[in-house]
This record gives sequence, C-alpha cells and structure tokens, in this order.
Amino acid sequence: MTYSIAVVGDWDSVMGFRALGLETHPVRTPDQAREEIKRLAKTDCAVIYLTETLAKAMPDVLDRYKDELRPAIILIPGREGSLGIGRDNIQRAIERAVGADIL
Amino acid sequence: MPNVAVNPTRMELTRLKGKLRTAQRGHKLLKDKRDELMKQFLETVREVRSLRAEVEEDLMKVHGSFTVASALMSAQALEQALMYPKQSVELTMTFQNVMSVNVPVYDFQTRTKSESDIYPYGFAGTSGELDAAVEALGHVFRKMLKLAQIEKSAQLMAEEIEKTRRRVNALEYVKIPEMQESIKYITMKLEENERANTIRLMKVKDMVLKDAVEERRRKNEEMLANS
Repeated sequence: MTYSIAVVGDWDSVMGFRALGLETHPVRTPDQAREEIKRLAKTDCAVIYLTETLAKAMPDVLDRYKDELRPAIILIPGREGSLGIGRDNIQRAIERAVGADIL
Repeated sequence: MPNVAVNPTRMELTRLKGKLRTAQRGHKLLKDKRDELMKQFLETVREVRSLRAEVEEDLMKVHGSFTVASALMSAQALEQALMYPKQSVELTMTFQNVMSVNVPVYDFQTRTKSESDIYPYGFAGTSGELDAAVEALGHVFRKMLKLAQIEKSAQLMAEEIEKTRRRVNALEYVKIPEMQESIKYITMKLEENERANTIRLMKVKDMVLKDAVEERRRKNEEMLANS
C-alpha cells in the first residue's frame, strides 16, 4: 500500500513542492484549508504539510488528527517565516505526557 | 468503612485478595511501561526539536531562493514551469512497535531515479535560481519526511503516556487503597464475629456449668436428708 504526501498552503509557499512531485493544494483561506484537510484525511494521504499561517487559524483541526495514526499533519513555516507554532506543539505534547513543563 | 458495600464473608475476602494482587502487579507493570515510554519519548522529542529547527531554517532559505527565482521570472512563467511535475513521490508506511505504541515509519520512492532528473521544465525558459531552489527543496524534503515521522511518533507516544499515567494513578491512589480498605474491613468484621462466637460459647458453658453444679448440690442435699 502506498500513500501520498500533500502540501497545503498558500500558492507561494507550496509551489516548490509541486516540482518534487508532492500533491500540492494551494488554498487562500483557512476555511478552504479546513475543507481540503478533511477531504485529504479520507483519501490515502499519510502526511500533510501545512503552513503555520493557516494552522494558526485552525487548532481544532490539528487536535482532531493529533491522535490518529494517519494523516500526520506537520507544520512548516510559510513564506512569511516561522511563527513558532510547530515548536509550541512539541512543547504541548511534552506537557501532555509529563503533566508539567520540563526541558 | 469502605464506601462500597462489601459482604464481610470469607469468600469475598479471598476474592478481594486475589484482585488486590492482580492490581498491584498491573500497577507495577504499568509503571515500568510509563517510565520506559517516557524515556523513549524524551529522546524522540529532543530529536524532533533539533530537526525542526534545522528544517525551519533550511526551508526559509529555500523560500528565499524561490523568491529570488520568482523575481527573475514572470509569475506565469514560473507557474507554467512548475505546473506538471515530472517527479512523483510515493510513500510507504510501515509500523514500528514502541512499547505497544504503533508509530509510523515512512519510506518514500521517487519515480525518476536520478537526482538531476527532477526538473519538470526545460532549462531555456527558466532562470538558474529556480533550479537551485528546486534542488535545495529536494534536500530539505528528506529531512521533512524524517521530521514528519518522529513528530507523529512523539504525538502518539504523548497520548499513550497520558493514558498510562492516568491508569497508574488510578490504580495507585484509588483502586488499591479502596481494596485494602475493604480487606481490612472484612478481616475486622470476621474477627469481631469470631470473638462474639467465643464469648457466646463461654456464656453457654457458664450456664451449663451452673446448672450442673446446682444439680449436684441438690442431689447431695437429698442424700443428706435421706440418711
């Protein structure tokens, strides 16, 4: 069984990935991204790279798929630069596991 | 008094003792599982942190080169150049079992084998910066896939640790004390019954003895009177 890898984000941030042969889904608004991710989750998509700018507006979607084996939603910085959400998410995972903020 | 009603019987006591032993063994096992998971989790998290920092940095550089490329080319030309990818990536997912947590292991295959054969456009209409940007992105992508794998593993492990921690705490602070309380209650009740029974027997013995003594005395008096 082979799976596909998708990249969701604004056109400027995702166009490069198209050249690598990943499935790119350029979206403009968080609502579009939400729909796109919901649709992708039902298909054979194992990894979704999502730009942080969009992820900021939809933490509910991230939480929804956090404990699922598939898809893995991984945040990447968009054109605008890193917002630190990806790093915060790791921090949150630690807090969740340990019950306190260590490290 | 335990807050759940238990029958103070020997059968209940045996049953509870068995349950307590199981609970204690389960508690120990779960605690070991939690500790080991935590160890692995922290290792993974450290890896995720450094790799994420690396990927973010690299990706920003790539975004930078794409910006340069798009400045040198018209937006249409750029879009056209990247429209139909030559390369396609297929992902295979296998699972690795880390302390009963299934974590994904990704592996990808590209359709074109050679590294230099990934450009989906002719070199004539595009700028050299675009080639460099695409190539750099190809390198970052490997790291990104690794990041996806360990970050997902970390998330899944965090969930499992949370679950295990709750179970350990529930056993340690609720279930086991509750059972110990019940066992104590039953033992005390049974001992109480035992003592009550002894006293009852002693009283009966006293009564029987008193009757016997009185009988003997009456017989003696009768004999004295007759003689």
